[in-house]
Amino acid sequence: MPVQCSSCTKKRAVLKRPKTGHSLCKDCFFWAFEEEVHQTIVSARLFNRGETVGIGASGGKDSTVLAHVLKVLNERYDYGLKLLLLSVDEGITGYRDDSLETVKRNQQQYELPLKIVSYEELYGWTMDAIVKQVGLKNNCTFCGVFRRQALDRGAMMLKVDKICTGHNADDVAETVLMNVLRGDIARLRRCTAISTASEGEGAIPRCKPLKYTYEKEIVLYAYFKKLDYFSTECIYSPNAYRGHARTFLKDLESVRPSAIVDVIHSGETLSVKEGVKMPVQGTCSRCGYISSQALCKSCVLLEGLNRGLPRLGIGKHHRLHGKILAQQPLTQQEERKLKAIDF
Amino acid sequence: MAAPIALHLEFGGGAELLFDGVKNHHVTLPSQSEPWDMRQLLAWIRGNMLKERPELFVQGESVRPGILVLINDADWELMGELEYQLQDQDNIIFISTLHGG
Repeated sequence: MPVQCSSCTKKRAVLKRPKTGHSLCKDCFFWAFEEEVHQTIVSARLFNRGETVGIGASGGKDSTVLAHVLKVLNERYDYGLKLLLLSVDEGITGYRDDSLETVKRNQQQYELPLKIVSYEELYGWTMDAIVKQVGLKNNCTFCGVFRRQALDRGAMMLKVDKICTGHNADDVAETVLMNVLRGDIARLRRCTAISTASEGEGAIPRCKPLKYTYEKEIVLYAYFKKLDYFSTECIYSPNAYRGHARTFLKDLESVRPSAIVDVIHSGETLSVKEGVKMPVQGTCSRCGYISSQALCKSCVLLEGLNRGLPRLGIGKHHRLHGKILAQQPLTQQEERKLKAIDF
Repeated sequence: MAAPIALHLEFGGGAELLFDGVKNHHVTLPSQSEPWDMRQLLAWIRGNMLKERPELFVQGESVRPGILVLINDADWELMGELEYQLQDQDNIIFISTLHGG
């Protein structure tokens, strides 16, 4: 029994919206989807006329939909933005090289300039080489830390004013849960923010225009619009912790679809009581990037790789930062601890 | 007796990886006394098509949460989900939302 669109009441509905429960036809869905992103952009004042905005593009569903929708809205509402695509090549054979092909097609399809920065040029290490040294247990730590900085560095090369990423509502809810589960209060407080304020030199403001957009709708938008995206799992991704949070959230969503926005709402409304110690944001004394320690995570990880001590950036070894900065040798005992890799 | 029915099954968004990377499948469900419904189709896919790690596709008698189902290009949540009675030549699409981003 076909269901009619609850908005136009003329055409056949193609989906039930998880956030509202409305049944919409294809055209009404496209319109509602785009208008909601527009409302998010306007009410949070994410952009200013004349700005250059770099879209973090991986070739996956979220960033592909983000690029498409931003292009549509920039034209429809005359935001006056200069949009471009910014991609990171982590150097993962058989994964990122394929997904970058998708980004290159998106560049043609959306007529947006594209810049690709690679781990190899920025750090001298590809993820393939890193995995060879560190194994498959902590590799996601390296990749995540390096990617964040790589996007910033690419953005600086292009002189963009803002970076936006395709993080969707499910991602944000997942991150809230993970930060609760890890007791990471500093990140818990930050992670629901729709944009990061300019944190001074070394970091470009970031925002998440799809923060309130359900993954289900992103996937269906891409499907009905026939957008070209890449959907292979990273060959090195054993990010088990996030996987559990994700499965848990998806199970909750299947019982009560509002669970996702509700978790985000909880995260947004949470306030941390006075007297809880928070890390103080400073800058890395080696590269100048934002850091709450003497050395930023990226520099510590890189130092570990270059010295053949891959565990240096895994876990807490802050007290060694002084030694590293002063280029003092580590004791044998310190070295031994940092060399061991548990495969 | 219901006659055998032919279906076009499509797997996407990464779900195809559980089916040897093949996205499009034309299948024929054998005749049986009752009409085929989605619940039975999922059991049939599990028994006849899924080679490894079925838990990544089915959970209980439904699909794993995070896999979207479209019946003739409409969200199956509008079509009765597991209760939907399959028709000959139906087009059923499974899209994983669990991959990449």
